[in-house]
Amino acid sequence: MLGNAFHIALREIRRNLMRAFLTVLGVIIGVAAVITMVTLGQGTTQAVKNQISSLGSNLVMIRPGMGFGPRASSAGVPNFIQSDVEALQNQIYGIAAIAPVSSSNLSTIYRQNARSTSITGTTPAYFGINNWTLADGRLFDETDLRNGAAVCVIGDTAKTELFGTENPVGKLIRIGKTATASSASSTTEEAAPYSSSFQVIGVLTAKGQSGMGNQDDTIIVPLAALQRRLTGRSSSRDISQITLSAKEGADSDRLITDITSLLRARRNLDRNEDNDFNVFDTRQIAETLSSSTKMMTMLLAAVAGVSLLVGGIGIMNIMLVSVTERTREIGIRLAIGARAREVLLQFLVEAITLSSVGGIAGILIAFGLCVGLSRLIQVPFLFDLKINLIAFFFSAAIGIVFGFAPARRAASLDPIDALRHE
Amino acid sequence: MSPPLIELRGITKTYGKGDAAFQALRGINLTINQGDFVAVMGPSGSGKSTLMNLLGCLDTPSSGEYLYEKIAVETLNADQRSLLRRHALGFIFQGFNLLARTSALENVELPMIYRGISTSERQRLASEALDTVGLLTKLSNTPAELSGGQQQRVAIARAIVTSPSTLLADEPTGNLDSKTTGEIMRLLARLNSERGITILLVTHEDEVAAYARRTIHVRDGLIASDESKP
Repeated sequence: MLGNAFHIALREIRRNLMRAFLTVLGVIIGVAAVITMVTLGQGTTQAVKNQISSLGSNLVMIRPGMGFGPRASSAGVPNFIQSDVEALQNQIYGIAAIAPVSSSNLSTIYRQNARSTSITGTTPAYFGINNWTLADGRLFDETDLRNGAAVCVIGDTAKTELFGTENPVGKLIRIGKTATASSASSTTEEAAPYSSSFQVIGVLTAKGQSGMGNQDDTIIVPLAALQRRLTGRSSSRDISQITLSAKEGADSDRLITDITSLLRARRNLDRNEDNDFNVFDTRQIAETLSSSTKMMTMLLAAVAGVSLLVGGIGIMNIMLVSVTERTREIGIRLAIGARAREVLLQFLVEAITLSSVGGIAGILIAFGLCVGLSRLIQVPFLFDLKINLIAFFFSAAIGIVFGFAPARRAASLDPIDALRHE
Repeated sequence: MSPPLIELRGITKTYGKGDAAFQALRGINLTINQGDFVAVMGPSGSGKSTLMNLLGCLDTPSSGEYLYEKIAVETLNADQRSLLRRHALGFIFQGFNLLARTSALENVELPMIYRGISTSERQRLASEALDTVGLLTKLSNTPAELSGGQQQRVAIARAIVTSPSTLLADEPTGNLDSKTTGEIMRLLARLNSERGITILLVTHEDEVAAYARRTIHVRDGLIASDESKP
């Protein structure tokens, strides 16, 4: 009986190729859309996660300013001084490494290439805290820091923009205020009273684009070199950020509380005054970013759900449009002696065959789309078996229900009523 | 004398319920013997098609007894009626009722698929049946590629391919011209005389009824007359 049903079902599919194709198309659209959307959404989420972890683990950042996020303001708020960094290092338990950061947007020149770049003055600890690794050359060390040596380590974007394909290690670049650079400079560029030549000693491994801006467009110099050779600030209150890494297993909430109370005391804030600085760790950054990726994933899931619905309605329409013809067919089959269950088995086999073919084609198409698109928008391709199965079985269920339900109704009629169906 | 093939006792059929109820058959008593060629005649709305559908187990009576070869048909369920149709009955309809986009050969093969006959045997029997109706050259034509008369001959081939004991034809020539009507009726008469197939035929044309040996007139859900040719 099953063999017969297969025989008849396949014959019916061959006979009605257009109808079969349209049914399969509905399933394909549903399955492929859902899988592609969800897979790309997950890839994007993963990409964001990767970038957050590239910031460094247990990372804590301290910045002057009121508030955090869109309402942040740093206008008129004093920076930190070197002794703040030393106080934190000596008095707070749970800090593994700490680095002061002073940054300025300055013009950089190598031969004909001039551009504005973020120049960061810091200590050697900075590289470890921020998970920077070397692609080429060396990092600067404590000796360079003490001497204020005119050396720099450059990020991948800065390297490409200034040097192109040339090997930058050992080359000299000019940083600071220059006639050519200032005339072409942007408004964000700060006026440096001095300019100086720096030797490139190392190139950093690229971290890639992130929700935090391009981290690779950077040039890192010893803090003393920045202060003495470029900004020339007489005041030592020029540390715009302090980054530190917490010790393994340290309670980060406790750490943030301790840092906050120490800095409040050092900055002479009254009890009723708000903090004029922010302390935040990677977890908070991750939470901010992941709430937006979560929203995006939900949006994608909604779009995918709509495609599944559209595909389902497509299947439904084809099945319902052909119901008159099929009801007569059922009447004929019953009249010549087929039992209702034999006819139903045939229709079930037909619906399952078409839905499975559509589902498998949808999965294959989605796989191709995901590989191509994830390369195009530069997110990792994560194959998710679960969503493939969900999409497949959901579409198959729609195909089977709407292929089978009208047949069930028709087969329950007296044969003469099925034959007379208009 | 052998027992009757078909016996109807007090068959009624009511459509609808309550005030809208319409009694199409109001108590039919009828006996049909093996090898009969019966024409059922009557004006439209008289209940002759309803009677035919009940005889063919395509529809179920509201009350009364129906014995087919001593089987009480009114006690059978839908599957058992399917099996009775499969093994004993063949149908010819006014509208042919062939499967669209399906070759003549495959249409004729159809009833044999449900009988579990092998592919090669099916094709041999189907070709034979199509030869009987004179369509051996049209095996691979679909209904759309055949004339009305040819389609009805395919339907006849489909009906006789399983060697049924009874052939039920509901206005088989209703959609055909007079020349084709003659061809189809001669074919049915030949099947009746050569193979001994019992034929029940619904028609409202006297020329068609003339081929039968017995004519039953139905009026207002009752048998008005029952005449046999000598």
